[in-house]
Amino acid sequence: MGNISHKSHNMGLHEEQLTGRTQQRFFSAEEGENYTYPWAHDVDTDKSAEFDADDMTPTAINLKIRELLIDGHGTITVHNPKARHGIGVGILNRVNLNFVGSLGYFGCGLIDGPNVRISGRVGWSCAENMMAGTVIIEKNAGSTFGAAIRGGDLVCKGSVGSRTGIDQKGGTIIVGGDTGAFSGFMMQRGRMVICGNAGKNLGDSMYDGTIYVGGKIADLGVDCVEGEMTDIDRKWLTEKLALHGVEPANGIENMTKLVSGKQLWNYDNLEPSEKKLVL
Amino acid sequence: MCGIAGLIHRGKSSDVGSEMTSMLQSLKHRGPDSTGFALYGAGNDNSYVMRLNVAEQEDMRKSYEIHQQVKDRLVKVDSRLAEIGVNVTNREATTEYSHRYHFNFDGDMRKLADYIEDVDGTEILSIGSALELIKDLGDATTVSEQYNLAGFKGTHAIGHTRMATESDVDIRSAHPYWAYPFNDVSVVHNGQLTNYWTSRRTMERLGHRFMSNCDSELIAVYIANRMTLGDDLESAMQRSIEELDGVFTYLIATSDKLGMAKDVMAAKPMVLYESDEFVGLASEEVAIRSIFPNEIDTFDPYEGEVRVWEI
Repeated sequence: MGNISHKSHNMGLHEEQLTGRTQQRFFSAEEGENYTYPWAHDVDTDKSAEFDADDMTPTAINLKIRELLIDGHGTITVHNPKARHGIGVGILNRVNLNFVGSLGYFGCGLIDGPNVRISGRVGWSCAENMMAGTVIIEKNAGSTFGAAIRGGDLVCKGSVGSRTGIDQKGGTIIVGGDTGAFSGFMMQRGRMVICGNAGKNLGDSMYDGTIYVGGKIADLGVDCVEGEMTDIDRKWLTEKLALHGVEPANGIENMTKLVSGKQLWNYDNLEPSEKKLVL
Repeated sequence: MCGIAGLIHRGKSSDVGSEMTSMLQSLKHRGPDSTGFALYGAGNDNSYVMRLNVAEQEDMRKSYEIHQQVKDRLVKVDSRLAEIGVNVTNREATTEYSHRYHFNFDGDMRKLADYIEDVDGTEILSIGSALELIKDLGDATTVSEQYNLAGFKGTHAIGHTRMATESDVDIRSAHPYWAYPFNDVSVVHNGQLTNYWTSRRTMERLGHRFMSNCDSELIAVYIANRMTLGDDLESAMQRSIEELDGVFTYLIATSDKLGMAKDVMAAKPMVLYESDEFVGLASEEVAIRSIFPNEIDTFDPYEGEVRVWEI
């Protein structure tokens, strides 16, 4: 399969060869992070602003953040979000955003670029569809954490609920504690690091991507198999976890690597141009 | 989608009426159709509180005759209570159709319940020494003001805001459900039970009564049935995880305990805050935050989890 000439090769769409079970990358999250939208606001990270969201509706909080971005504030601190839903969504701008308190459902969903820090907990579907940037949560998170993210780093220092990283298409999800059932379900690309224990049906029907688990695994889902830890894996884990200050329960040496068995669903028999369409 | 909430103060009493109203009001977006409260006050072994509806709220707007019918039904209820030796110490009308009885009784509670509910249009919402179950159409503040719940002193409570998906918008289909005929046992539920009809027929063959077509009532009846067979609360809940089918999260309360159970799919939300003095649970964290302005640590229980706390 490695030397087959594809029609898309001739069209100049790509140069890589398909080699079965390897992890190929057709786009890079790091490249995505350097991308800025033409309409993004020109902000200065030294220019900071903060406000108290205690009596504000979620709409008013989001509008206030946008107003501050338009004014060029590159560091914004929001106090007392009080677990309201849909806060910090749809931000396509480079900005340092700090939430002092907890967010509710869909916190920081559909973002592309911001660096977010949340001192409390987040509800369901945090950072859903994130394209790039970092979201760091100091406490626990709810279910469907990082659903369908395509890039960036999503870090929860506590434990998360069920269905973590469902349909993950890129980027990195790091969980400092445990995760619930069905995590990594239909994972398509990217990396997930679970420092604690993982619930049942881990990595069920995954197409591709890699899951690292530091603790116990309740059971593996269909087509999720154990992979071989390489030096590259260990180096990447060491650097990435040190960057975010998270440590696996039994050390990086004792982590388990899980990949797709590719018996069920995978992209390897697709043209890479088709992969780009699917992903 | 429904919203459920529960709280338990360990070792002290508090204004659980206002706290539960605040929690449920912040869950209004999960269900605007009806709101229900199960509040647990200081219990007394010999005296009971019975919450009784003699008509639906909707019925009251339908005809002029209903006002007379409600009076006739109440007379009948009073005479039947006297007939089976119930010593009513106090009776108050919270609304025209909803009444609260305080009574002493040492006979068979199931017979009492069956005999009273035999009166046309009558439903016993709850009987218990500590439990007071209030449910009506409208949001939490509306129901709380209507039934004057602010200032209700108690140790624990569960509540529910309902978005009707499986059955009608009426008080009968509103939560919480009393686990008939067990004193002080009530249930609130968020989710759908997919083996409702088969399980309901099994329960009906065993002689249990269903007042509504709401799937959530099955949980109350199921738990009551398991307790009749000698299970304690926690083992009955453990068994329910295996035997009830569907996606669900439910809370159950007794005179001195509060429990939660989550199905194996973990598809319905639940957030939990636990400390030595207080345990708070809700479908969304925003409800717990409504009574805790300060920063607290909360987490999601996992799939198939059953937890029980004592006061």
